[in-house]
Amino acid sequence: MEESIIYTKALRKQYGDVVALTGLDLAIPPNLVYGLLGPNGAGKSTTVRILSTLTRPSGGQAVVGGFDVAREPGEVRKVIGLAGQDATLDDKLTARENLRIFGRLSRLGSRRARRRAEELLERFGLAHAGNRLAGTYSGGMRRRLDLIASLLRAPAVLFLDEPTTGLDVRSRMEIWDTVRELVADGTTVLLTSQYLEEVDQLASAVGVIDHGQLIAEGSPAQLKSRIGSHIDVVVESTDHLLNAMAVLERLTGHRPEVDGSHIAVAAVDPVPSLPQIVRELDASGAVIRDVGIREPSLDDVFLSLTGKTVDPAKPVEAPAAVA
Amino acid sequence: MNVIIDGWALTQRNLLRLRHEPGTLLTIMLMPTVFVVLFGFVFGSAIGIPGSSNYREYMMPGMFVLGAGTALSSAMVDVAMDQARGVMDRLRSLPTNRVSVPLGQSGAEGIIGAYGLVVLMVYGLIVGWRPHNGIGQTLAGIGLLLLFRYTLAWVGTYLGLAIRSASTAANLAPLTLPLTMVSNAFVPTDGMPFWLRTICEWNPLSALATATRSLFGNPGAPGPDAAWPLTHPVAASLLWAGLLLAIFVPLSARRFARAGL
Ligand SMILES: Nc1ncnc2c1ncn2[C@@H]1O[C@H](COP(=O)(O)OP(=O)(O)O)[C@@H](O)[C@H]1O
Ligand SMILES: [Mg+2]
Repeated sequence: MEESIIYTKALRKQYGDVVALTGLDLAIPPNLVYGLLGPNGAGKSTTVRILSTLTRPSGGQAVVGGFDVAREPGEVRKVIGLAGQDATLDDKLTARENLRIFGRLSRLGSRRARRRAEELLERFGLAHAGNRLAGTYSGGMRRRLDLIASLLRAPAVLFLDEPTTGLDVRSRMEIWDTVRELVADGTTVLLTSQYLEEVDQLASAVGVIDHGQLIAEGSPAQLKSRIGSHIDVVVESTDHLLNAMAVLERLTGHRPEVDGSHIAVAAVDPVPSLPQIVRELDASGAVIRDVGIREPSLDDVFLSLTGKTVDPAKPVEAPAAVA
Repeated sequence: MNVIIDGWALTQRNLLRLRHEPGTLLTIMLMPTVFVVLFGFVFGSAIGIPGSSNYREYMMPGMFVLGAGTALSSAMVDVAMDQARGVMDRLRSLPTNRVSVPLGQSGAEGIIGAYGLVVLMVYGLIVGWRPHNGIGQTLAGIGLLLLFRYTLAWVGTYLGLAIRSASTAANLAPLTLPLTMVSNAFVPTDGMPFWLRTICEWNPLSALATATRSLFGNPGAPGPDAAWPLTHPVAASLLWAGLLLAIFVPLSARRFARAGL
């Protein structure tokens, strides 16, 4: 716990009958991106809300930057930044005005608030749109502006709750670049996500959360190698099936599954490279139409950790002010 | 000191909104226009005020009180909307004093209220209302109206924080109108049935209307048999404002601090 910048012990949160967190233990060291990965309703937002002092825990302990969130929330607020699932700025003000006001509220002083806002707008490519009303921003721009607002005071710990959910690919990439820059600055980031790809891209440590509990932890590589990838091959005609299957079984050590002219096989450790697969298939004389390696998804993570897929029957709850 | 800086930053936030939505300022003027015409000329021709032939002289202080009353609904709706949009969450994650957000809200209401009052007074002068008691008492009347508006903004802020839902707040907002009407703002209480008269006379807004009338020298002073707040209207208004502030300032701060639980 000494070297953890975020630390929780048996953290519990109950909303009436709903138990959102059933006993969460986290110990996150400083200066890295920690990815909290989990499906809808797993308790990600609840965790972030408790750590950022918006919600009080029902039990257990949470310490951020050396301060207990329940006993010293004021001190915690001085070291954190928060960008949530929803953009949390005033739609009826321009981006610059929003940043100026929130800069003042972050105790920056009006000159420094203005300078810092300009610097961040420039850095994140919003300077040209700085005088537009925040309400007219696209989804991606709003998230970026939201991020800027949480960076005004250069927080030691930044919470990002599903920063790219609902964004198009380009906006997602832009947010990712932003987060990478932040870590280079030495900020500790707690990022929640429903996408394995996202935590793989950004985080150096990952915790998988389900039903308010941590069910696995490790580096993205460890997590992925535990789950493995899938190799998909489509052969030109069924005459080539046997040759191709033999190659794939030799490369992966797993038994391929066949569906028509489509072969799929799990590749855990090691995952052969695409050129290697193509070369070996070619050498075997199998004529193939398509070949690809499919990275594991959150679904695969859950399948491998819990033996079941993400529960699709679970209601996608979103109480406006909460989720 | 920080409370003041934060409160002022948040006041500016609310005022800046107006700059981008000048329509709001027009709306603020629209309602008084309709009401002055409606009450001053349509209803007014049928309402008699004991000891006076000029209903509009009696009515304008009531109109000022009605204007002050709008602070309650507008603060309530604004705050509930901030909650729904997550703006409150961001504010609560900042190291601001817990009282500064409600402080900013009510501060802005106070400033907008001053503008609304100026508009109403100009209307009043047009339709024949005059303050008769000299500059000192006139300023005292204006100060009392602004103090009350400020107080009601705190009540509205608390309600907005408690209600949370923007649509519920918007649906409740029109109900504040009858609340200001169950008073002596537009009709004297003398002719009312006893139970209604009691309610009306103890409505804080009746004390305010009566105090305003006495400070401006407008007709409609209640008889000696009226309830205590109406026979001592200025003291009663100050007491009401003090009482409401003493209740709703700490309540709003507490509610703001705990809003996300
Ligand atoms: N304010 C609340 N009231 C009642 N239940 C809630 C509230 N907030 C969250 N929950 C419940 O707690 C569980 C975890 O929610 P949440 O932390 O938002 O999950 P995630 O962010 O991982 O999707 C869900 O079952 C959700 O319905
Ligand atoms: Mg969530």
